[in-house]
Amino acid sequence: MSAFIQHGFSSTQENIYQAALLVASVFFLLGLRMLTNPETARKGQHMAVIGMIIGVGGTLLNSRIHGVGFVWIGVGLAVGAVVGIPMGLWIPMTKMPERVALSHAFGGLAVALVGIAEYSNGHTLDSEFKMGSIGFEVLMGAITFTGSLMAFGKLQGILPGKPQTFGGQNALNFALLGGALVGLIVLVCRPELGLLFYGLVTGGLLLGVLLVLPIGGADMPVVICLLNSYAGLAASASGFALGDNVLIICGALDGGSGLILALIMSKAMNRSFRNVLFGAFGSAKTVEQAGPSKGGNVREGSIEDTAELLKIATSVIFVPGYGMAVAQAQHAVRDLANALQANGTRVKYAIHPVAGRMPGHMNVLLAEANVPYDQLFELDAINDEFAQTDVSIVVGANDVVNPAAKNSPGSPIFGMPILNCDQSKAVIVLKRSMNPGFAGIENELFVLPQTMMVFGDAKQTLGKVTAAMKEGH
Amino acid sequence: MILALIFGLYIFILAAFLGYQVISKVPQLLHTPLMAFTNAISGISLVASIVIAGACESTVSTLLGTVAVAAASINVIGGFIITDRMLKMFKKKQAPPPTPAGVAKT
Repeated sequence: MSAFIQHGFSSTQENIYQAALLVASVFFLLGLRMLTNPETARKGQHMAVIGMIIGVGGTLLNSRIHGVGFVWIGVGLAVGAVVGIPMGLWIPMTKMPERVALSHAFGGLAVALVGIAEYSNGHTLDSEFKMGSIGFEVLMGAITFTGSLMAFGKLQGILPGKPQTFGGQNALNFALLGGALVGLIVLVCRPELGLLFYGLVTGGLLLGVLLVLPIGGADMPVVICLLNSYAGLAASASGFALGDNVLIICGALDGGSGLILALIMSKAMNRSFRNVLFGAFGSAKTVEQAGPSKGGNVREGSIEDTAELLKIATSVIFVPGYGMAVAQAQHAVRDLANALQANGTRVKYAIHPVAGRMPGHMNVLLAEANVPYDQLFELDAINDEFAQTDVSIVVGANDVVNPAAKNSPGSPIFGMPILNCDQSKAVIVLKRSMNPGFAGIENELFVLPQTMMVFGDAKQTLGKVTAAMKEGH
Repeated sequence: MILALIFGLYIFILAAFLGYQVISKVPQLLHTPLMAFTNAISGISLVASIVIAGACESTVSTLLGTVAVAAASINVIGGFIITDRMLKMFKKKQAPPPTPAGVAKT
């Protein structure tokens, strides 16, 4: 608030501005509350839109804005609309992790730029508190910006998805992080050290790259959530700097939700943050440990075998994984489910928390394919049902169904909660090839006597199975 | 100064606590929309960008502010559109699927 009082403007305007931000905060919270139930979620989203309009509208009354400033704001908003609207309308659901990573990058960028602008205008010289907030804001914003771009590059396949490691990597990262924090403290005492400030920005940008470099594709859910959290913290810090409460509140909500999701994800992988962030899981070293294929007795099945098996099944559970997203097979899954239901078979879907590349990835894809959400079940809700299920169909999932997590104390994924597909009477695994999953571990499920592997593109395979089932009638 | 810090922390802690309570009730089903949603609302940093861009204090800050307005509004606009697109898709089982009753019986 202090910033506005300094500029001393009409108190009516100031009051309307502050009131607008307060109302916006309330709308955001109500919207979030309604998001806890799929029935009311859309209404909640509309509440938030109204809140945003009120907040932005009220901000235009801020008396720091004048004259040609409105033109610049218009230019920025126009660019935002020209990029944002097509992005919102046409990004396919399978690309959601990429789009979320990009939006964190934009969020981090916006916050960092605001901080840099405030610093360059000398607004930090008079207050240690403001300098500290802005330093933190810029550091977090910069880390989020480059970190999210790295995550985007890895998801999009522009950068190699495998962890990139080199000697002394963790030591270097910690040194950089420590250096940045020391720099921040020095800046609070000596805010006039411009070089140090821009060094802090550069350090943040570098840290973002280095921190995400050693993290592999399947760990992306945790990283995306953490970056979400960083973006929130950065926004909150900018709220501290500008005395803007709505920013503090929204930043806290964003930071909190990112942190909660990251905790859920890493718990679902039975790994600590430290292990996810610095363990370089799934790197060359881990794969070597897995050793060469034991061969096992893999039973390969044909389309006809699969169709015959499904025709006599009374209950089927689909287990989707990242492979379903890659093959864009969600519609084919739904078609097969329809054929099964028409045949009188009970169909359910089991969704592991880390299936896919971001929290809830599979749910969104299946919803896109018109699968009713009351057929989608979380791990705890469905795990006991596998034992009474005739057939589990694993579509592009691997580590989340590997019984080694339960049976082999030596396995890198030991202790991770998995879906109990191995307990169902028959298992059909749709897979491209026998390549091991992300963790580079042999999957014991594939060599069980009741398992039948069907190799090939999941979308095509499912289409053929559906056709074969319909022919049978 | 200390007062501003404490006041800010008050709000931060209360919001974080409230957020934690509400967000942990969001089902796994809606986690992707939740991320898109919180992304969109954290685009409220747009208000800070707007003030910087509109204050015209220096060329540098106006340019930085304008880029920030663009980046933040991409998140706000795109984020809300995408969240809405996703939430629209989540449907409960409709009245029996469009297969004619006769076909279902073998």
